[in-house]
Amino acid sequence: MNRKTPPASREIENINLIHPTSQALENGCAIFYFDSGDADLVRIEWIFGNLRFDPKRPLLNVGVHTMLSDGTSSLTAAQIADKIDFYGAFLQVDYGYDHSSVTLFSLNRHLQNTLPVIKDIITSSIFPERELETFIRNQRQKLQVSLQKNDFVARRAFNKALYGDTLYGLIADSGDYDTLKRGDMLQHFNELYQPSNCTIIVAGKISKEIKALISDSFGEWSNKNSPPDTSQPELVSAPEHFYFIEKPEALQSAIRMGNRTINRHHPDFPALQVLNTVLGGYFGSRLMTNIREDKGYTYGIGSGMSSLKHSGALFIATEVGADVCKLAVTEIEKELKLLQDQPIPEEELSLVRNFMMGSLLGSLENVFSHADKFKNLYFADLGYDYYDRYVEIVKTISATELQHLANDYLNFDQFYKVIVGKY
Amino acid sequence: MVKFNRFTLGNGLRVIVHEDHTTPMAVLNILYDVGARDEDPDQTGFAHLFEHLMFGGSVNIPNYDEPLQRVGGENNAFTSNDITNYYITLPSANIETAFWLESDRMLSLAFSKKSLEVQRNVVIEEFKQRYLNQPYGDVWLKLRPLVYKKHPYQWATIGKEIKHIEDAKIEDVKAFFKKHYNPQNAIMVVGGDIDPEEVKNLAEKWFGPIPAGEKYVRDLPQEPEQHDERRETVTAKVPLNDVYIAFQMGARLEDSFYVAELMSDILSRGNSSRLYRNLVKEKQLFSEVHAYMSSSLDKGMFVFEGKPNEGVSISEAETAIWEEMERLKNEEVPADELTKVQNKVESTMIFSEMSLLDKAMNLASFELLGDADMLNQEPGKFIRVTAGEIKDLANTLFHKDNSSTLIYLAEKN
Repeated sequence: MNRKTPPASREIENINLIHPTSQALENGCAIFYFDSGDADLVRIEWIFGNLRFDPKRPLLNVGVHTMLSDGTSSLTAAQIADKIDFYGAFLQVDYGYDHSSVTLFSLNRHLQNTLPVIKDIITSSIFPERELETFIRNQRQKLQVSLQKNDFVARRAFNKALYGDTLYGLIADSGDYDTLKRGDMLQHFNELYQPSNCTIIVAGKISKEIKALISDSFGEWSNKNSPPDTSQPELVSAPEHFYFIEKPEALQSAIRMGNRTINRHHPDFPALQVLNTVLGGYFGSRLMTNIREDKGYTYGIGSGMSSLKHSGALFIATEVGADVCKLAVTEIEKELKLLQDQPIPEEELSLVRNFMMGSLLGSLENVFSHADKFKNLYFADLGYDYYDRYVEIVKTISATELQHLANDYLNFDQFYKVIVGKY
Repeated sequence: MVKFNRFTLGNGLRVIVHEDHTTPMAVLNILYDVGARDEDPDQTGFAHLFEHLMFGGSVNIPNYDEPLQRVGGENNAFTSNDITNYYITLPSANIETAFWLESDRMLSLAFSKKSLEVQRNVVIEEFKQRYLNQPYGDVWLKLRPLVYKKHPYQWATIGKEIKHIEDAKIEDVKAFFKKHYNPQNAIMVVGGDIDPEEVKNLAEKWFGPIPAGEKYVRDLPQEPEQHDERRETVTAKVPLNDVYIAFQMGARLEDSFYVAELMSDILSRGNSSRLYRNLVKEKQLFSEVHAYMSSSLDKGMFVFEGKPNEGVSISEAETAIWEEMERLKNEEVPADELTKVQNKVESTMIFSEMSLLDKAMNLASFELLGDADMLNQEPGKFIRVTAGEIKDLANTLFHKDNSSTLIYLAEKN
């Protein structure tokens, strides 16, 4: 048999995305349902737009959100935990750059018991003083540990340089926890957690009864205040582009570099994703091939893109042997320059096209993933035609167009660069 | 309930097939029955280094990743003290590419010197990134030799020291391949949007011709029972003090495994767990404290770990953890609390069935334990655990003569 030639393969023609049904509640809250799958379970997310950032109280959003499960007017933190755990559910609170969310994973047969707990924390959290003290003490301890990790320090410095004194550039230090006061938190909570600022996304096996349970429960929820201010202060990038934070005893240095670019709303976004994949977005990428697989400078290197409401960024991140840090930076520069100077060979580009299509298909593992795809669109004010366009661009973007993009977005000299360790 | 078919090829390769047509993808997972425990004490870290070399080209295919990415696939692998596991996910229409790639590297590797040289460096950087250049990163390098005196679990998968990785030779790589990487020592799971008949044909076609190889007979030094209290204190450049207390416990296949798992859940799973509630929230002694187990195939470890708050002495911290153990030894867990952790185990299993890759890996692991169907018997085993058994196990495990305590003291500048 012939083991040298690959078996025949097929290209991925298109993808099928599950579209939600929606329901608008009178209080302004929108619910989207993704009904699929055999397992009797649901994931429900309550997603809220973040309030305008106040640099004097930088930790307000983080604090309010993280402490949501720490007590309400009727349940203590312990009772909340007991109920969630007893019914085998999982409760997650996440704060993001643009949105913050509460997520419940529950078996359907326990939803009538788990849902009221969520309702309670979203409507009646009280941030008890003693819990706040514990929260602050523990966060300070954790921060001390994180600050000894070079990649963490590099990420903070990079975000600060790109976005300045905003939620995107937030780098809290231990002293900032002093500004976290219960009164402010209550006020923040009351403004943020209102139905008019909430989107509910339900994914799983959704019967009529489940739908009714959710819509009845969150239909009886009224807005306490005028609509919250979710505008954000202007993003101001720092004039200084190079940051070296020395750690004399480091065995490895963390490198993070990149720049503000575009977000998903921009027509070039999918094409830039193709370029990013070539550069550092998969195992066979140029950065991995050169800096890990050829030189052995690192365990891993990659590039990524972030799409935020008010900005987007492209960045390269790695941790390399401290003795080869300068060499690694030089190689990164070479790879960027190469993408600017020469078109990507079609052989490589076709591989990346196929890889990205496979990734897209593979990212639709279950009904939760379909809901995640929808969130990307919904919060960027895009429709499902976005993914049609994405597929079209991934399949057809030319090497010449990508070279233009590289010249627009991959300028090493204009990059913000952070090195933590030795250089 | 995860349904599957099973067959064995003439060369001894065990194959499990699991259909799941809710996804357009397929997964091909191969578990090799070799881990860091099978290493020579003077060549530790070798199983893991070898895992890296499995991506350095095989006898007929110079580049492993490229053709896979070309058909929209992705892959990765991990090494533990017990096993080495490789997996591919790809669009199901291209499943044959996965058979082609995996069978060729089971047949033989390219054994490229350049690949060895580069991957030695990559693994050394991994050693630094994960174990040396992180606060507390070296904990397993210190704790394992305290708990294990004879068994090869005394070293971590990354190895005892960087020198062992630097010293690896291409002859060692070849010998390791011959000894461990053959059909008899492997379990393959093919899952997803696939046709079981086609899988059978493809398995015969690509893997059937591979020679069976020699059967590796494992004969590891077993760890004797511990009868002495062990303790080590290190002063390190870490920001906070850290306390580890580890106990020897039963192996994965012993009935006590399920009891221990629920006991660790009672102690440490979720915000309603005892350690979090009593020691973080009520007594406010720790910023974080956990209990978990190693789930290893041979004699395992049951570990407590906590970072005491500032102003809390190491002895206060240890005492507080021991008090939680004493409570388990003296009082039966209330029925509600036991039901709670059993419910959680049940729902975790149901949620994990949402992931094709998780299912494939689980089937392979249970087949290695003796029978893939044990995956489906798990919930029943957890439900049958009683409060009395938990109390008995706590009394068996938690005594000073079975403990190894490792203390990190933060070096103050």
